Amino acid sequence: MKILVCIKQVPDTAEVKLDPKTGRLIREGVPSIINHDDKAGIEAALKLRDEVGGTVTVVTMGPPQADVALREALAMGCDDAYLLSAREFGGSDTYATATIIATALKKIGFDVVITGRQAIDGDTAQVGPQIAEQLGVPQVSYCEELKVDGDYMIVRRQFEDQSHLLKVKTPCLITCLAELNEPRYMSVYGIVDAYKKDVTVWGFNDLKDNLNPDWIGLQGSPTNVFLSFGKKQKDAGTVLENLSEDEAVQAIMDKLIERHLI
Amino acid sequence: MSKDIFVVVEQRDGVVQKVSMELIGESVKLAGDLGENVVAVLLGHNIKDKAQLLIEYGASKVLVVDEPVLEHYTTEPYVKAVDYIVRKYEPNIVLFGASSIGRDMAPRIAGRLHTGLTADCTRLDIKVSNYQEYLLTKTSMENNPDKVNSLDTSDTFLKMTRPAFGGNVMATIVCRNYKPQMATVRPGVMEMPVRNKDAKGEIEMVDTGVSMADMNVEILEVLPKKEKAVDITEAKILVSGGRGVGGPEGYDPLRALAKELGGEVSSSRIGVDNGWIEKDRQVGQTGKTVRPQLYLACGISGAIQHQAGMEGSEFIIAINKDPLCPMMQLADLGIQGDLKKIVPKLTEAVIKYKQGLAVDK
Ligand SMILES: Cc1cc2nc3c(=O)[nH]c(=O)nc-3n(C[C@H](O)[C@H](O)[C@H](O)COP(=O)(O)OP(=O)(O)OC[C@H]3O[C@@H](n4cnc5c(N)ncnc54)[C@H](O)[C@@H]3O)c2cc1C
Ligand SMILES: Cc1cc2nc3c(=O)[nH]c(=O)nc-3n(C[C@H](O)[C@H](O)[C@H](O)COP(=O)(O)OP(=O)(O)OC[C@H]3O[C@@H](n4cnc5c(N)ncnc54)[C@H](O)[C@@H]3O)c2cc1C
Repeated sequence: MKILVCIKQVPDTAEVKLDPKTGRLIREGVPSIINHDDKAGIEAALKLRDEVGGTVTVVTMGPPQADVALREALAMGCDDAYLLSAREFGGSDTYATATIIATALKKIGFDVVITGRQAIDGDTAQVGPQIAEQLGVPQVSYCEELKVDGDYMIVRRQFEDQSHLLKVKTPCLITCLAELNEPRYMSVYGIVDAYKKDVTVWGFNDLKDNLNPDWIGLQGSPTNVFLSFGKKQKDAGTVLENLSEDEAVQAIMDKLIERHLI
Repeated sequence: MSKDIFVVVEQRDGVVQKVSMELIGESVKLAGDLGENVVAVLLGHNIKDKAQLLIEYGASKVLVVDEPVLEHYTTEPYVKAVDYIVRKYEPNIVLFGASSIGRDMAPRIAGRLHTGLTADCTRLDIKVSNYQEYLLTKTSMENNPDKVNSLDTSDTFLKMTRPAFGGNVMATIVCRNYKPQMATVRPGVMEMPVRNKDAKGEIEMVDTGVSMADMNVEILEVLPKKEKAVDITEAKILVSGGRGVGGPEGYDPLRALAKELGGEVSSSRIGVDNGWIEKDRQVGQTGKTVRPQLYLACGISGAIQHQAGMEGSEFIIAINKDPLCPMMQLADLGIQGDLKKIVPKLTEAVIKYKQGLAVDK
């Protein structure tokens, strides 16, 4: 089985801070990591390979530094890696991102594509379904359980109040949740190996036969960021310290009554 | 000419979901700014009788697609049906709930139509003056009034505002060169409109040509979540607990208080991750977005991912040992103290107060 996993290198948003004056992100010193859902995707792919044989290929689109994320995936046990990197790709929205990635995936060839549900930086959860659309294959998103059954995948798909057990024929695309599994650690051999392997780097010219330059990058993206900003620092409320318990209860009761909450 | 705002209604097991009414309510306001109409698109099986409800919540027209293949949500038949409708009627704007269904279907539809899609919006504007007011009063743009005031007030594109980077940043997205303008909108964020039982509107059945042959996945099993899911987004009052409650039994006093106040209990992610309380009670970025009349945060520090789900609450009270933690800063009223002592006493006081009211009558 030929499994492709799409991974994105993201800033650890738990450590991103906002400059309260300018409303800009302070990204200096914030570590870059493999997106959580995508790491679960790598683990799911490796498990499938262990079960039915085949290869696991990781693909990322990003700046040259994203090489680090691919090396980490190789060290976890993936077989090979592709970095899609070009000036023409910069500023792509999810439509354009999916267009570029899908073009590369077609060129590589696959039985199953695995993506994360959502990247913690852009937070859109759109790239997975949009890659599936460009590839013309069925998708199952929000995967919380995954098995192979011959030419079919059996996937449990999560909804808010229920789950569906779905059977889908390969080739297909699955978007998975971080909850799906516990990703394995890189092994020592894996780390040594990871730097011996080649990462294939594809730029615009490598894909241009099947890529419309008007549909990618900042100019080709249907959506644009009009304005970005931070939240306003909220006006301070009242903080009451060193009250007795009865005083504390009274202070809360006063507000409940004043606001007709009881 | 693209015209009108279409709301793709979400139904599960034949029940129209609240987010669809919220979207219709919001669309009525936006359509007013544009001089356009609101059209609800209802997909399912044996669901025609739900169309009138959508009219009562503000849709002027409902397009109904009624097919056996649409009984349970699967991606391709829904995508194909909506794609057909958009091509046929050419709406200006199409909105979806940002639920696990909406976020599965909408990106694929946008891809098929080759247009833009904005994810998980928490605010929509047509009128630039409304948008400017929002920027100046609710965001860091208050420090940059020149930029805000220089915006082109004749701009009638949809300005779609959404959180990104885990709620650290807000971005307004536009889609100027492609039609329709599409967005998914976070449930619980837009106001629920008032129902008008006398409202009249047009109901049109549409044959989109979808059939069982479009089903490219097979549903082997539909499993409901065990107990009837409580919906904390519906609660007017939430008594919410975090690590500070100390354990699974730590939620009991909170439950007692919630019961007396006619509310529900919710939680930070810590309570859920520790297995102290059910996942569907989690508030925050990876939980639910709530905006109750009262959010009482007990032993919750107020991490940004938690705030992302509750900062729209009308009134926030925090009980916390640490007067400097972010939740105490966010709260309208912060009480420094031990929740284990204060919460039971508060419940007693509420009971006593209610008894007093009963006697007075
Ligand atoms: C503040 C802000 C808001 C934005 N809002 C929107 C918006 O509303 N609509 C829109 O169309 N664009 C938007 N964008 C652009 C969008 O973030 C980029 O297109 C981004 O490259 C992909 O989106 P995402 O991070 O949300 O990924 P998601 O769609 O959340 O990612 C899902 C999965 O797709 C795969 N994937 C995603 N990106 C890559 C990659 N580069 N390489 C390999 N695999 C990948 C991963 O498996 C990932 O888990 C926004 C950008 C910013 C900065
Ligand atoms: C990608 C991502 C997504 C996340 N999504 C969510 C989410 O959806 N929702 C969410 O909640 N979190 C989320 N988190 C986790 C979040 O960052 C915090 O870790 C979490 O919200 C902290 O929960 P807490 O406030 O209960 O615990 P803590 O931060 O440990 O705070 C406990 C508080 O209780 C107080 N306290 C202790 N004992 C008492 C007492 N007896 N009386 C009064 N006060 C007491 C302490 O002073 C402290 O302020 C997410 C994190 C990441 C990285």
